[in-house]
Order: sequence, then C-alpha cells, then structure tokens
Amino acid sequence: MSDHHVTGVGSYVLVFLALMVLTAATVAAAFIDLGAFNDLVALLIAFTKAALVVTIFMGVRHASRMAKITVVAGFLWLAILFGITLTDYFSRGFLG
Amino acid sequence: MSTAPPEAQTQPVSSKLRPWGKQHHFDSFDQQQEASYFGMWLFLAQEVMFFGGLFTAYIVYRTEHTFAFTLGSRELDVQLGVINTAVLIGSSLTMALAVWAAQTGRRKAIVAFMILTILLGGVFLGIKTVEYSAKWEHHLVPGPNFHWEGSQGNRVEMFFNLYFVMTGLHALHMIIGMVIMAVACWWAWRGAFTPENHNFIEGLGLYWHFVDIVWIFLFPLLYLLGRNVG
Repeated sequence: MSDHHVTGVGSYVLVFLALMVLTAATVAAAFIDLGAFNDLVALLIAFTKAALVVTIFMGVRHASRMAKITVVAGFLWLAILFGITLTDYFSRGFLG
Repeated sequence: MSTAPPEAQTQPVSSKLRPWGKQHHFDSFDQQQEASYFGMWLFLAQEVMFFGGLFTAYIVYRTEHTFAFTLGSRELDVQLGVINTAVLIGSSLTMALAVWAAQTGRRKAIVAFMILTILLGGVFLGIKTVEYSAKWEHHLVPGPNFHWEGSQGNRVEMFFNLYFVMTGLHALHMIIGMVIMAVACWWAWRGAFTPENHNFIEGLGLYWHFVDIVWIFLFPLLYLLGRNVG
C-alpha cells in the first residue's frame, strides 16, 4: 500500500465474478469421476481462488516488499507444517 | 522525519470519539498505514498456522479413513454449502468496496458497504445454523447424541468432530469480525476515516478476506471430496 494504489471497483467486480465461476467449476468437477484427480482439481481451484483473494481483494499485488515477504512467509510456514507432518504419517507404513 | 506532519492538525473528529487519527509514535499517516498493513499480515500469518493445524489433522485422518470421511461428507448439504460460498464471496466483494470507499473518501459508502457485509455474514451464519440443527436432528453431532447405522461409526464421528470444530471456529471468526465491523460503522458514520487515514478499515478488510479464504478451502474439503464415487 506504500504507493497509494487504489484498486478500482471494476477489478473487484471482475474478481468476484471469477470467484463465482470457479466455485461453480469446483462443484461441477466434484460430481465427475476423475479418480485420484478429483482431490487435485478441487485443491487447484481452491488455491486459485485464494490467490485471487490475496492478490486483489487483499491488495498484496500493490503492497510493499516487506508485506509481500510476510505473506509468503505465512504460507511457507504452513507448507513446512504440512510437509513435515505428512512425511511422518505417510512414511510410517514403510517400516512394515 | 523530525518535523511534525501537518496532517496531525486535521483530524476529522474530536478525540473523545476515538478518531483513529495518527498515533503519536508514527511520523506520518503513510508510515502508520504501512505498519498497520504489515502488522495485520503478521497476525494473519499466525491465523494461517492456527487453522493450519486443523487442516493438517483433517488431511491425516482423511488419508487414513478415506471411506468413512466420504460417508460423513455425503451427509452434508452441498446446495447450502454452495449458497454459503456465494454469500461469503459476495461479502468479500462488499468489504473490498468498503475499503475502496474509505480510500476514496466516500463516508456514507463505507457505512453502506460494511452494513451489507454484516448482513451477508448474517445470512451465512443463518444458513449455517440451519445446517447445524439438521445435523443434530440426524444424530450426527459428536457426543452422546451421535448415532450411526452400520460400520465405520467412530470414524464418521471423527469426520463430524473436525467438521464442527473447523466450521465452528470459522463462524466464531465471522462473529468477531461482524462485531468489530459494527463498531467501525459507527466510527465511519462519525467521519473517523479519511483517504489518508483508513488503515483500520483496511485491516478489517484483510481479516474478512482471510475468513473468506478459510471457507474457500473448507467448502471443497468438507462438502465435495468423495462425491465422485458412485
């Protein structure tokens, strides 16, 4: 927000419409049998929606570098939480 | 850095009304704005980890008991879930527009968009209440009232444990946001926020959008996964 960028109403409405379309897409995809890909499609759409909200609605696109690093760090720590926990659980079977 | 900024004299409302003007420890509104945005994101990073623990638990249990979690998930009402997703995305739009109104100095629009946001939040919570009471009537609330015909009962109960804790904490976040928003409406009406001094509304927006993001993940994970299996 350091450069005083004001996101216009048009951009917000566009993001809103995109989020609605993606919601419809994730519901439609859920009822089609894609095998193991169902989970992947649902997560990809969810991450896309989250990215839209973070960059436009939350204004991170025009935020200062320090704020951007903070955002990325937040999700990096989440990835570490998921990564290390799941590495443990999913590898337990390896020992027989 | 050293001279007092001229903006300090142009605070819109008397100090009695808690104007959220420039705090004395900031050199300028710019610096205050930047600190507020950064600080709010630090808080949200913590919130990401807070919900992250629950998402981790969900992933671990669902991976080990996929079938039972599918059975549990199918007890949820997809239609109500979709409507609530749309309502919450709509409330994110109105919140974003409230921040826009604050940035462009539209006093009444700030109040109007925040009231809309609160109303949409109320619709979401109302639908959630309908869903919760249906789960109670169907004996799907974990505890002594829980009853499941057939096998996998304990595991389905675990699904509903996670369902109620995750959606419950999400709803709690919404209630807190709506209460703060109602107070901010009052301040906004009294003219507390100006284009140079709107970091409170902006922070509130960040919080509300974060709550939206949590739901963006909760909805497919709880309502949709497993619907593809015949």
